[in-house]
Amino acid sequence: MNTEAIKDLLYRMADDALIIGHRNSEWTGIGPMLEEDLAFSSMSQDKIGHAQALYNILYTSFGEKNPDVLAFQRAEKDFRSCQLVELPIGEYDFSLVRHFLFDHAEALRYSLLEASSFAPIAGLARKVRGEIRYHVMHADTFFKQLSTGSEVAKARMQSALNYALPFALGIFEPSAYEEALIAEGIFAGEARLQELWLQKITPLVAAAGLQMPAMDTAKAVYGGRKGYHSEYLQPLLAEMTEVTSIDPSAEW
Amino acid sequence: MYGNTSLTAEEAKIVNSTVEDPEKLAEFEARITRGEKIEPGDWMPDQYRKQLIRMIEQHAHSEIVGALPEGTWITRAPNFRRKLALIAKVQDEVGHGQLLYSAAETLGKTREQMLMDLLSGKSKYSNVFNYPANTWADIAVIGFLVDGAAIVNQVINSKGSYGPYCRALERICYEESFHLKQGHDNFVYLATGTKVQRDMLQEALNRWYRPLLHFFGPSDRDSQHSEKLMKWKVKLASNDDMRNQFLDQYVPKILELGLTLPDPELRRGDDGIWVFGDPDWDEFKRVISGDGPCNAERLEVRRYSELAHRWVREALMNPKEKYVTPLA
Ligand SMILES: [Fe+2]
Ligand SMILES: [Fe+2]
Repeated sequence: MNTEAIKDLLYRMADDALIIGHRNSEWTGIGPMLEEDLAFSSMSQDKIGHAQALYNILYTSFGEKNPDVLAFQRAEKDFRSCQLVELPIGEYDFSLVRHFLFDHAEALRYSLLEASSFAPIAGLARKVRGEIRYHVMHADTFFKQLSTGSEVAKARMQSALNYALPFALGIFEPSAYEEALIAEGIFAGEARLQELWLQKITPLVAAAGLQMPAMDTAKAVYGGRKGYHSEYLQPLLAEMTEVTSIDPSAEW
Repeated sequence: MYGNTSLTAEEAKIVNSTVEDPEKLAEFEARITRGEKIEPGDWMPDQYRKQLIRMIEQHAHSEIVGALPEGTWITRAPNFRRKLALIAKVQDEVGHGQLLYSAAETLGKTREQMLMDLLSGKSKYSNVFNYPANTWADIAVIGFLVDGAAIVNQVINSKGSYGPYCRALERICYEESFHLKQGHDNFVYLATGTKVQRDMLQEALNRWYRPLLHFFGPSDRDSQHSEKLMKWKVKLASNDDMRNQFLDQYVPKILELGLTLPDPELRRGDDGIWVFGDPDWDEFKRVISGDGPCNAERLEVRRYSELAHRWVREALMNPKEKYVTPLA
């Protein structure tokens, strides 16, 4: 098996999950209502848990560093997260639209991976299926309720969608290993995933009464998968490692 | 989390107001003496209802405001284990708020009204959350000692007479026991860690000692009592009793770890009563009346959350479709 290809896939997924989980956790205590605080908080715990599980595959199957080191002590340029997940939580409209766009892609990715020839990831994909399904349900429910709830809300959701979509396309930034992943039956590839994702979200966006931004003009924001990040990742990582850096020799 | 407050002049006024039907009142009091729980539809004295709304509402506010100082450390928690534990813990506190608002709603005040009264300052929350969490060690002190103090209080209140409040508290206490375990683990890690960690913890402990003494409210000597509230099992223990129980349980655990407390007068008397130096009750009064280090900030965050998201709540008020059939 092509280890470099699998590792690259695992790092993308793990870093995405860690960073989006980190971002969503920022809603704890300040959400638009207590129920949403609780929902975002619970989803962020799931995502951070997924990140830990993915880093753990890197650790046990490929001899990479342990999950805490991978998450808390890696340089910014070594992260493979897409820029969508790095953006600040902003207002609730943006956070919800990001949640909708990202989680559909993630759900589809995991469902493709259930058939992966790389057993550890196929196993994890089956294990997290229930959690991910709940995340998507939550996203769909609120995406539609807000988009159809009032004129103000609809306008906010539309502009959040327009802003987020190019970043969401960055989720599918091709890697150097697409062919190997497909040939070895590890993963169907980013292009296929993007196709499935568009098929999935286009009718949902229409049903919510919003306009899908024109695809030909939407320019995908690439770079994250190669270590070129938005201005927001470095401060996020600095904050995340603030405590450990007080005394790196200590156990926390 | 929660802290006890003394019977204020306003409370005393409530307790001593309305005259009730003596027959119904006698039956109500007999039920409480028999150890029965009072349920939402049951007859209850007006004063009982008002006092409970005040108490449960304050408790609920304390949970959601209490989520804020710890919430700011979620993004800085040092590893997976602590990060996941802290998010889950803060989430629990918000969940406690939700449970308690529901319990208070059974007495006739809506959550919206309660939240508005919090923002206007009409309704209070526990004083202890007006202090800042400056370092990661503060999170250990809060998780171990503030939650520990809250548990003393909540376990006692769970033996009260109002059914919905007792049931909410039982569930809360169950979850609090995990907070205490995590908090203790974090506390011990720092206490037995490197010099940097120990110093950090000692400093945090020095800062939290007074707020912790204040937590249970002013001394019984200086607070107004109500025989009636005790008889109705709305209040079940005095401030001093609860404070003493807390000191008895926790001071030895702190000293055992080689830490100190910034109070040369602190000692356990032969009668089992703890003696401590003057914790400056004037400061307590200043902070509770709004002049603490974080009062403005706490309310500002809540206000932001309320006002910036009004559009969300308004849009969700009249959903055209309540649930989207999941396509997944
Ligand atoms: Fe609590
Ligand atoms: Fe707690």
